[in-house]
Amino acid sequence: MFEAVLLTVITAATPLLIAAIGELVVERSGVLNLGVEGMMIMGAVVGFAVANQTGSGALGVVAAIAAGMAMSALFGFLVLALVTNQVATGLALTILGIGFSGLIGEAFIGVPGLKLPELYIPGLSEIPFFGPVLFQQDAIVYLGFALVALVAYGLFRTRLGLVLRAVGDNHGSAHALGYSVIRIRFAAILFGGACAGLAGAYLSLAYTPQWVENMSAGRGWIALALVVFASWLPLRVVIGAYLFGAVTVLNLHAQAFEFDLSSPFLSGLPGFVTGAIEIATTSQFLSSLPYLATILVLVLISANRRLTLVNTPACLGKPFVPDR
Amino acid sequence: MKSLLKTTVAAIAFAAAGSAAQAADVKACFVYVGPVGDFGWSYQHDQGRQAVEEHFGDKVETAYLESVPEGPDAERAIERFAREGCNIIFTTSFGYMNPTIKVAKKFPDVKFEHATGYKTADNVATYNSKFHEGRYIIGQIAAKQSKSGVAGYIASFPIPEVVSGINSFLLGAQSVNPDFKLKVVWVNTWFDPGKEADAAKALIDQGADIITQHTDSTAPLQVAQERGVHGFGQASDMINFAKDAQYTAIIDDWAPYYIHRVEAVLDGSWKSESTWDGLAEGHVVMAPYTNLPDDVVEMAKATEEKIKGGWEPFTGPITKQDGTVAAEDGVTLDDGAILGMNWYVQGVDDKLPQ
Amino acid sequence: MRIELVKRKEHSQAMLLLSPLIAVALTALAAGIIFLISGHNPLIALYKFFIEPLTQQWSLEATIDKATPLILIGCGLAVCYLSNNWNIGAEGQFIFGALFGSALPILYPDFENVATLPLMLVFGALGGALWALIPAVLKTRFNTNEILTSLMLVYVASLLLDYLVRGPWRDPGGYNFPESRIFSDAATLPDVFGGLMSLSTPITIIIAIVLALVLAKTLKGFEIRVMGESPRAGSFAGFSAKRLTLFSFALAGALAGLAGTMEVSGGLNQLLPTISPGYGFTAIIVAFLGRLNPFGIIVAGFVLALSYIGGEAVQSAMGVSNKIASVIQGLLLFFVLACDTFILYRIRMVSRRVTAGETSHV
Repeated sequence: MFEAVLLTVITAATPLLIAAIGELVVERSGVLNLGVEGMMIMGAVVGFAVANQTGSGALGVVAAIAAGMAMSALFGFLVLALVTNQVATGLALTILGIGFSGLIGEAFIGVPGLKLPELYIPGLSEIPFFGPVLFQQDAIVYLGFALVALVAYGLFRTRLGLVLRAVGDNHGSAHALGYSVIRIRFAAILFGGACAGLAGAYLSLAYTPQWVENMSAGRGWIALALVVFASWLPLRVVIGAYLFGAVTVLNLHAQAFEFDLSSPFLSGLPGFVTGAIEIATTSQFLSSLPYLATILVLVLISANRRLTLVNTPACLGKPFVPDR
Repeated sequence: MKSLLKTTVAAIAFAAAGSAAQAADVKACFVYVGPVGDFGWSYQHDQGRQAVEEHFGDKVETAYLESVPEGPDAERAIERFAREGCNIIFTTSFGYMNPTIKVAKKFPDVKFEHATGYKTADNVATYNSKFHEGRYIIGQIAAKQSKSGVAGYIASFPIPEVVSGINSFLLGAQSVNPDFKLKVVWVNTWFDPGKEADAAKALIDQGADIITQHTDSTAPLQVAQERGVHGFGQASDMINFAKDAQYTAIIDDWAPYYIHRVEAVLDGSWKSESTWDGLAEGHVVMAPYTNLPDDVVEMAKATEEKIKGGWEPFTGPITKQDGTVAAEDGVTLDDGAILGMNWYVQGVDDKLPQ
Repeated sequence: MRIELVKRKEHSQAMLLLSPLIAVALTALAAGIIFLISGHNPLIALYKFFIEPLTQQWSLEATIDKATPLILIGCGLAVCYLSNNWNIGAEGQFIFGALFGSALPILYPDFENVATLPLMLVFGALGGALWALIPAVLKTRFNTNEILTSLMLVYVASLLLDYLVRGPWRDPGGYNFPESRIFSDAATLPDVFGGLMSLSTPITIIIAIVLALVLAKTLKGFEIRVMGESPRAGSFAGFSAKRLTLFSFALAGALAGLAGTMEVSGGLNQLLPTISPGYGFTAIIVAFLGRLNPFGIIVAGFVLALSYIGGEAVQSAMGVSNKIASVIQGLLLFFVLACDTFILYRIRMVSRRVTAGETSHV
């Protein structure tokens, strides 16, 4: 039972995790891209279309990544080369992505998709409990974990990561030291686009193998929240994505596992307690928990000044134009 | 280029001349709440619109607006159609009810048809389908086929239509197996493939081996296919998404109604009515029964015939969840009771959200 | 050869005027190409999209009506953005304000007199301000990033609305359907002109003008601009960044809440599970397109509303997919944002030279 729930949580968390880890790198470089939803939905439709036309899931995934990158390149050009406002550009990217994906996808409505196969890692997948949960997933799930490890290592253990963080923390100094702020940010934006595209491919090729308009259903926005929830630390993104996935899934499980208010155990409680339980178990309240939790975490981490100053990219959202 | 300009100028002049210059006898317009690409609710309405175009040819012109959110945009969309010379306007979501009534007051000569609502006026008719008839049949199939004796029901919002669907499903199941159990999960959305898939997984993990849904995407059926359990299509035939898992689907077929009503506008016999038709009139259609043994198909077809012959699934004895009697033996609930249903029948393993 | 941007010494007056025109022309060109590719006569489609809505009284009114909440919310957001407060949760403030404003006609339907409507509007503004003060207080008290908290509160507000409309505030005579009771006449904002617009439009225009004057002529306006451009200089002048954060959030929230209440009272006449087609988010774009200036925002709100109404027009008249409308909207925004760059910057061509910075590798 627990194992089954965990499997569901993994699938629910994977697209959030991948999109969030990409956005984390973007924000670490000092850029805020609010267009995750638009890039993700483009990844979903292009991935589906290519997989459908070529019969190859792998090609679909590659195409989805490319689509996400193309969208992010557009964003990068505007905010870096033309120094447009990042918040407005990101929002415009989402509008464009939702419309454009609908246009591309018109031909693929009602067409069954192909599902990426699960990869069984020989030997390991037979371990009881851990086997099925950890080693019988599709390639994108593994890729998601690999990305987290890569980003965690890359950001804090490599020179490139150091430079990226320097650019995000103080672009003036980084520029003075001779780093090309624009190029590093553009690379980070492309990485974010690739991740969002991959997350989209996961939706249309693994999670629910089909194309329907708006199928990302707001997951790009949740990914954005996760980055801050994680206070810009990669491993915390994993925790956040899984918490978020778990709250959603457990909400559904709790409903299926009916919780009876009229049971004799509860009937002795005073009215306001049962009333509170009743409100607390409404699906709207349960659905709002992840958002409230994010706010709470934000407050906790930011109240601790030292922690925030260390991890928040100080130049987040600030445009950079080299003075010559 | 010059000729393009010329035709454009002509066309604009033509457009400016307004509805007087219309070629077709009747213009039928449709407002959809979702994208026509949802392969569910709005998709089926649009299939109905296309059937109207095909049936009448040049005599009838159609237009539609998709993804019109319930809220301030709805009234404007409906008014646009009224002003653009539409003779009959179908508003296909519950949330369009008050905007439809409001616009209808301003345009007494235009006919309005509102789906799933309860308010009518001289120029506003309402229509809906008896989906619960189909749900009784799939309930019977579920009880026959289930090994665990538990079905999972993915529900959208606790409105009467959804509640009566749940009840009808369970009544059907209980007619085969009185101890049949039904778990209900509310996902609070009509359309979110990911969440619907998660709900299906949760239900299967808790022992359901039959999945049914009152949400619009194909995701739950795909999960059923993957997990080797079974389910039913919703709104459209979803067999392509779940070859081995779909037993049948409850298809909304709006075409006969739309053709009938547009015909009525054409010959001047249109009246404000409240139409609520089901299997007998072909508004609800059962997709081919597949993946089922012959005796179950026989039973399903027999029930289908019985309902077409005028039998109502909500015929007593029916006991509510709290033990009170909803209908004595042989008594049939009236339309109002079904259309405003806000209680569960006995045996539903859920508390109705209030 | 490479191209680089050079900051102008002062704003280019020519570009200030030309930029929106160039952007609209580029959008029209791109839209024409898209129409052509999708098999529609581009000239007719462009006419229907951009011009026809302006030629008829009702569609003009519909456009103004659609622009009204965008303008009102955009004006409040402009104050936030001018002072470097990144409130992107206006959607939530709109919804919460509407909830606050609707409490009176829903909970006390018999309270019908001349005070009903003014009270609702005051409550609405108050509700929006309270909701907006949450991220503001968290920012000033705990230094919490307001972009994310204000965004999170959008979801919370819309779930709260959902809960109320499906639960305690459901119309007792509504067969369990998720809608509140319909407001009485005393709680309905009167219509003006042809009936597509309500009193909310004149109220909005007055507020925008007042706000423009405050920003341009008063000390408060000076404070907002100084704190946005140079917080250090502002603090030397004795301005408090924290107080300004609270002020700008409260103002933006109040205007969003007022917009929400007027939309519900003047347009919907009841609460539904969704009362906003993303007004709060679109208004962010409006605020930027309007260059954070109330008069600019009035124009920007109108242009954006036109893109919605025009999108509907081509959809209904020519069967053009509504996705094309949304693509065109996205392009319009991109072009406007890109063209505005040239108000502040000019392009300089420089021959490729190797600078020390680009070769060194520390």
